[in-house]
Amino acid sequence: MFRFLNLTLAGISNGMIFAAVALALVLIWRATRIVNFAQGAMLMVTTFIAWDLSQNHGVNYWVCMIVAIVAGLIIGGVSERVLVRPVENGPPINAVIVTLGLFIFLQGLAGAIWGNAQAHSYPPGYSIIGYKVGSRTLLFSPNDLYIVLAVTVMLLALYLLFNRTPVGLRMRASAFNPEVSRLLGVHVGRLLTVGWALAAAVGAVAGLLAAGTQPGYVAPSGYFDALLVYGFTAAVIGGLDSSVGAVIGGLLLGVLLSWADAYIDNNVEGMYALIILIAVLMLRPNGLFARPAARRV
Amino acid sequence: MSQHDAPAGALVAAPSTTSRDRFGVLSRSTLLRHTLFALIGFGLYYGLVQISSDIWNSAYITPTAYYVCAAAGLTLLVGVSGQISLGHGAFMMVGAYTTALVLQHWHAPNHGNLQLIPVLFIAAAVSAVFGLVVGLAGARLRGPYLAGATLALAVGLPQVTEYHSLTTKLGGNQGLIVSTPSPPSGFDLYRWQSLIAGIAAIVILWFLANVMRSRLGRSMRAVRDDEVSAALAGLSVPRVQVLTFVISAACAGVGGALLALVKLVAGPGAFDLALSLGLLAAIVFGGLGSLAGAVYGSIVVVLLPQWSQDFANAVHIHSGKVTNNLPLLVYGVVLALAMLVFPSGLQGAVLRLRAVIMAQVTRRQRSRAG
Repeated sequence: MFRFLNLTLAGISNGMIFAAVALALVLIWRATRIVNFAQGAMLMVTTFIAWDLSQNHGVNYWVCMIVAIVAGLIIGGVSERVLVRPVENGPPINAVIVTLGLFIFLQGLAGAIWGNAQAHSYPPGYSIIGYKVGSRTLLFSPNDLYIVLAVTVMLLALYLLFNRTPVGLRMRASAFNPEVSRLLGVHVGRLLTVGWALAAAVGAVAGLLAAGTQPGYVAPSGYFDALLVYGFTAAVIGGLDSSVGAVIGGLLLGVLLSWADAYIDNNVEGMYALIILIAVLMLRPNGLFARPAARRV
Repeated sequence: MSQHDAPAGALVAAPSTTSRDRFGVLSRSTLLRHTLFALIGFGLYYGLVQISSDIWNSAYITPTAYYVCAAAGLTLLVGVSGQISLGHGAFMMVGAYTTALVLQHWHAPNHGNLQLIPVLFIAAAVSAVFGLVVGLAGARLRGPYLAGATLALAVGLPQVTEYHSLTTKLGGNQGLIVSTPSPPSGFDLYRWQSLIAGIAAIVILWFLANVMRSRLGRSMRAVRDDEVSAALAGLSVPRVQVLTFVISAACAGVGGALLALVKLVAGPGAFDLALSLGLLAAIVFGGLGSLAGAVYGSIVVVLLPQWSQDFANAVHIHSGKVTNNLPLLVYGVVLALAMLVFPSGLQGAVLRLRAVIMAQVTRRQRSRAG
């Protein structure tokens, strides 16, 4: 029973990271109906930038975090404006291929700058030694608490941005009905750029949080590819359309993976994610929480 | 168009003198035409293999051949039926492991290399079954959902080899040794490998060319262009989509089987996400939906690492990091810009060039006639 509880706790902190990646995907999906397959590579690059600063220049953790967020804003905004804008209204397959191109390009770029030979470690924000209950150690450390709090704060900030500010209102309007928004004087294109920038910044935070959980996380491919798959799975569980769904999806996935790792086999996490993703797509293609909608013929 | 191209001086516009009928029975029988092309193609390929050095055969020609198998299948799926797969490396992996397992358990020294024919068919069949499963799921998914699911496949499937009850059977992350039969006497090993891979690639191209020109191929294009209209015209959209997935996966399976036969090992490392995305880059670069494009794209993808090495030497970049990653940078730029700048790829450029030349030729003929 204690083990089960412990595994669940471990799943929650990982799940919060998946939730943050899912949130980044959901933000873009809601605004442009595009799944940003470059998300994993974007947050890989921002994490590498932060790693370079902290490792080679001894920069403070929080300064690195801010730099990563700013880098995310720039990468996201520029990608939308330069690459994604021309395919936004084309067939979905074109957008998929363009984001994949960006994905491969960023991987190549990171490899060219920082090299593929070695996987680097990023320092966690706080201690990773678990809290103690009596004589037993929980699989939940101050760093895990920090992850949970950081993602929660990010969620609240996004909620306030979308529901309490004029920019947020305009962003929701232009996602809901671009034509009418344009007629009412909303600069839809600019808001899409802001949306992509915001999503990439959320991804950047997720990348830093994820990189601190395991040694050897920071490499051009590997962990970050898997993180994209987990984020996508979490977003699909939540229906790809709702930020609350993304968080619940992330938590659910984190906990399920944690249980499967411990009770079945811990080498095949990607397989579990695949099975969960396919199961959700087959049984509830609009996510676990979607109300049954009229089928589009 | 061809009727208007008749010489201006001709009094009777005879539709029978169009370019289509110039070749008699060949223009009427698609099967015969494709077979002839395949035979000519094989002749040229055989010559190329004979004049090429061992290094060229093993480093470029054979890999191009097995890339072509998988890329041709993928271009049918993406370009003709309008589905997408980011996980074709997974189907290649199924073909490779099937080959390794079959050769492990089936010792047939007397049959020698003839054994390879059933082995390749078995690899294709097992991959096809696997493709059926994925296709059944895929037919219910659209665009980004299908892309995400196949991405999860590409990342997840190689891990199967590490599952505890399968590690002994699948060799863990070391993979399985493939006991390829040695070439028949009188054949050089590398030329023999090139020939086998090339024959398989040409057979696949021949088969796919016929599929594309068949009723099934037309159904695929109808489904791609407008699912609702296709369904109204009486097509079963899911059936066409699943069938395409099966054919496409079988081709990728043969590609994987050849890779295993040549490399003598079937390991999970060879079938990573980069392989799947490289295949996609190849078909986008060559021109989606074109078999010739799949061939050009495969050649480019196989040669690109060498080219970037040469380029790096030429401009005096001595950083291994940059040189090793140049191909990735090029794929990325190609994929991202292809959709914006040249959606029809290399094959589109070839076709445009041909159209320009043909126009010049007819103009010259006309001026001579007039």
